Amino acid sequence: MVDFDRSVLGVESTPIRYDVEKGAIRKFVEAIGDEDPIYRDEQAAQAAGFKTIVAPPTFLCIFRAQELPDLKIAFGRVRLNGGNAYEYHQPVYAGDTVTVTAKYADVTERTGRTGSMVFVFTDLTFTNQYGEVVATGRNTGIMRE
Amino acid sequence: MSKQQLYYDDVQVGEALPALVKHPTTRQLVKYAGASGDYYEIHYDHHFAVKSGLNDGVIVHGLLTAGWLAQMLTDWLPSPLALKKFGVSYRSMARPGDTITCTGTIVSKYEQDGLHLVDCDIAAENQRGEKCAIGNATVALPRRS
Repeated sequence: MVDFDRSVLGVESTPIRYDVEKGAIRKFVEAIGDEDPIYRDEQAAQAAGFKTIVAPPTFLCIFRAQELPDLKIAFGRVRLNGGNAYEYHQPVYAGDTVTVTAKYADVTERTGRTGSMVFVFTDLTFTNQYGEVVATGRNTGIMRE
Repeated sequence: MSKQQLYYDDVQVGEALPALVKHPTTRQLVKYAGASGDYYEIHYDHHFAVKSGLNDGVIVHGLLTAGWLAQMLTDWLPSPLALKKFGVSYRSMARPGDTITCTGTIVSKYEQDGLHLVDCDIAAENQRGEKCAIGNATVALPRRS
């Protein structure tokens, strides 16, 4: 099993607060190539029953958490994103503020047909200006040779 | 965008969701880097990617592929707020020039906490038939009254 600093697991990062900007939502859906006007046009969003422009599901990824303390893992030279998962509880609208915190949940090593890989699981919590948890997330980081 | 109403009563286990096809370009990866704030050079700098162990060069951001899978779901759903859970793991690399087809299948439907939920398996596949991302989603649909 790969060595790492276990004291870092579960330690929550300093919260970072972000403004949800409609221009940022627009640039994000333009990059994805999603033309749904509810992400770009206030009137279209309201006509579709939303308070205002709404953020698309994977927009949460732009709310980066404060960097967590070093796990001190000396393994491999490739760092890849292994996966992203979200649970949604409340909508995120343009004009909201979102505060994000992160903590390391687990570190595991697995050996497959391409050799050994280390998986680092990070849990995320996204809270809006009303104190509501809008979503939680889990990122899987992969370290490989 | 006015969408046809989608009811819990009308969806069947085994049914396929409407597919979504994307043709990523290096330009799109640069746009996504800017829009998402993920400036890791393996997504736009060929030499950096090769040096990092990605012998065929730059790769699509995992979260961009996730964004397409989410778009496939929200194109189908009456509202992005119907999406309750969404998770993907990344497998084969997606690259500029690939054709990425996002698909989904309904695997179960059930009532829980007063919601009518539908679980879907989702996948993004390249033109060689390799899965670039696989995952699942849970959506809440209205009942026909």
